[in-house]
Amino acid sequence: MTHEHKFYCKDMVKNLNAYIDGELDNALCGEIEEHINSCSNCQVVVNTLKKTIQIYQSDGRETKLPPEVRKRLYASLDLDDYVTKD
Amino acid sequence: MNKENPTQIDLEALKRKDKTAFAQVLDQNSEKIYRLALKMVGNVQDAEDILQETFIKAFNNIHKFEGRSKVSTWLYRIAVNESLMVLRKRKDHVTEIDAEIEKDDGDVIPRQIIDWCCLPEKELMSSEARIHIKKAINHLSEANRATFLLRDVEGLSTRETAETLDISESAVKVRLMRARMQLREALTGFYSERLTRENA
Ligand SMILES: [Zn+2]
Repeated sequence: MTHEHKFYCKDMVKNLNAYIDGELDNALCGEIEEHINSCSNCQVVVNTLKKTIQIYQSDGRETKLPPEVRKRLYASLDLDDYVTKD
Repeated sequence: MNKENPTQIDLEALKRKDKTAFAQVLDQNSEKIYRLALKMVGNVQDAEDILQETFIKAFNNIHKFEGRSKVSTWLYRIAVNESLMVLRKRKDHVTEIDAEIEKDDGDVIPRQIIDWCCLPEKELMSSEARIHIKKAINHLSEANRATFLLRDVEGLSTRETAETLDISESAVKVRLMRARMQLREALTGFYSERLTRENA
């Protein structure tokens, strides 16, 4: 039953970031995926971590520069004539 | 050394203080800088001040820009410093970007294991949720917050983030990990309550 290279949850935590960013080599990535498939806790952590990042990314995409702020910025730099987007 | 400028900005024109070149830099970067400032300090008035100050400083010091990194990286760096200045006026303790990373790694161990990913989009991005999303990021240390914003929200690589913050790539990785895990815990705390409500 014991496997020489058994992958544990603590190894997961160590490699979580690199795994999510796709920075791990294939062998390690495979081990992690194998672990996730059999460990529901780690699966939840990976999924909620990915979702957390996505939430901040979509919140970021929704943050636009308000036109009046843009205008004042160009004015502060004496570039009023160059405001291209309204 | 003569690396092609990825933003296609004419560096020579910039150094001559050519207005068209300045305007081009503004067009390409003002929204990014505003977003970073807003997420760093959390209010629109300060974000606007930081935005203006960043470009004023950048253009006044354009002769110091060596063109080895992207213009955007240089602007991000000024904006982070301006944001820290605003935050220092507001609170007593600001974690400096190059501060030594605390050895204790307690906050990277996942505590709450609840799957809230299945919540509908309208719950995940409700106005109440947005308040918590903002609160959670404001709760991070300044150094972790800047790292997370540059890397995950602005989409800079680890190397670019390290360059922008003038810290090592391994420090970027540690700070990013902490930021992500802390945000995950904070959002889990909030969304798990919605989940119980939904299932009730
Ligand atoms: Zn596990």
